[in-house]
Amino acid sequence: MAGGGGRTTHKKREWTFYVLAVFFTLFVIFLYGPMFSIYVLSFQGPNAGLTFPMQGFSLHWFEALFGQARTGDIGGAFGRSIPLAIIVLGLTVVISVAAGLAFRRRFLGSSPLFYTAVASLIVPGLVLSIGIGQGFTVLGLRTGWWSSALGAHLSWTLPFGLLIMFAVLARFNPALEEAARDQGATNVQVLRYVVIPILFPGIIAVALFGFTLSYDEFPRSWVTVGTRNTLPLEIWTMVTNITSPALYALATVTTAISFIIIIVSLGAIAMIQRRRSGQSRRKSAKA
Amino acid sequence: MQSSTSARRGRTWLQVAPLTITLVLFVVIPVVMIAAVSFFSFDMVIGAQPDFIFGNFIEVLTDRNTLNLYGTTLKYAALVWAITLFVGFWIAYFLAFHIRNLLIAIGLFLLCTVPFWTSNVIRMISWIPLLGKQGLINQALMGIGIVDEPVEWLLFSDFAVVLCYVNLFTLFMIVPIFNSMARIDRSLIEAARDAGAGRLRIMTEVIVPLSKSGIALGSIFVVALTMGDFFVVKIMGGGRSANVVSAMFDDIGILNYPHAGAQAVVLLIVVTLIVTAIMRVVDVRKELAQAR
Repeated sequence: MAGGGGRTTHKKREWTFYVLAVFFTLFVIFLYGPMFSIYVLSFQGPNAGLTFPMQGFSLHWFEALFGQARTGDIGGAFGRSIPLAIIVLGLTVVISVAAGLAFRRRFLGSSPLFYTAVASLIVPGLVLSIGIGQGFTVLGLRTGWWSSALGAHLSWTLPFGLLIMFAVLARFNPALEEAARDQGATNVQVLRYVVIPILFPGIIAVALFGFTLSYDEFPRSWVTVGTRNTLPLEIWTMVTNITSPALYALATVTTAISFIIIIVSLGAIAMIQRRRSGQSRRKSAKA
Repeated sequence: MQSSTSARRGRTWLQVAPLTITLVLFVVIPVVMIAAVSFFSFDMVIGAQPDFIFGNFIEVLTDRNTLNLYGTTLKYAALVWAITLFVGFWIAYFLAFHIRNLLIAIGLFLLCTVPFWTSNVIRMISWIPLLGKQGLINQALMGIGIVDEPVEWLLFSDFAVVLCYVNLFTLFMIVPIFNSMARIDRSLIEAARDAGAGRLRIMTEVIVPLSKSGIALGSIFVVALTMGDFFVVKIMGGGRSANVVSAMFDDIGILNYPHAGAQAVVLLIVVTLIVTAIMRVVDVRKELAQAR
């Protein structure tokens, strides 16, 4: 793909390419088709049903979502899910960057810690949720989105953050750090002016995982969130109770937020990378 | 020198302390909690009581209905594993070996991973307007004249459950397999071709063996996710299907935590056994540790 590209460009495509290209296209349609069908259906007129064909076109169901309180506490759910996702984002970045830096060397307990992180990905979310809920009950603490659910979400985002940091740090040259230290930089300065700027695209990726995985997390929130629902739980109660396109409207709004976050993050990463390759090209041109 | 090593050790300790504390508080202790609760006794009137009885486990392991739940869970896992492996392998292969421009390959790869950053619950309900009795697929089938009556088993059935799992989890196969394939040295394939190996032999003797760790990692993810799911079974199964975790979900609905705990412990043991078996066959540690 990357390597022998120049040599193979003139070769004719094999038949397997066309078969797999069709397969890939069908897969992408399979992946996105259903999602887009409910976005389209959320823009129907007031007396619409849950399936195609579309009955008129309006923003009625979006108004229904936020206008009257009859569909539940949607505004409140947004008001909890977004702050929670932002807190998870911050903690995921700080904790995984710090741990990632430490994991470059073996230390006492590094492998049990690593395996606990991996196990945290494999344990079913609802099981962890029940365990955390029971733990809070035993200690006489009340579950809430900012306490027990926050921890539950971190158990899901931290392993991803850690694995991304491993991948990013594999390409990080420790000599840069040493050089800065030899020049008399303090630990804080090394972190601030050397490590963080170099790792920045990876840190954005960790942040993207932290935010979106928390924002969409359902099983781990089920027992831990307390009496007030986060957004995925609100959607869940709508799935089981409400059979109007308001459900689709909520899905559209939620996914729009996710997509904005994804586009902003990936765009930022691409921009930084491009500026960097531009800089290094200019430097090498000068030299 | 002595002081600088101990300073470094102190720094390392500080760096991993937040991770360690979070994982102990929210992964290790909760799992221990579940294990402890599974020995509690339960009474409909007074609820769960601290105790040390094996009744919950005996109930889980001897009751025909709960054993069936494990059967269903394993059946879903096996089906979904086979389908996602097939689809994931060929998608990854296409991206890694057929797309010659690196930027396009990365772009298409991202296209496959974007849904991961959106809500699974929403992606699941997206199937309802397509698969329902009056859904798009039935309309199309009746329009073409393949069937006269709407097909009933499309939604709220095992078919819908498996379809949804494949839709949600295939990317967990694609990512690790693509990762291992991208690392395969292209000259190995050239060499095999020069030595006279055909397409099939290159596939079975070069590409598959070298993608093994990615395949294993993807398999672990897909099996664990499928076995740990409950909401797809709950909604897409239409109340007719159930697996272990959806039964736990019903247990905690009536506050029977001890029974749910025993179910969870048995499930965790089964999942751990499967994961260990996969790790026995393929050294996944190498794949994960490579980055370190």
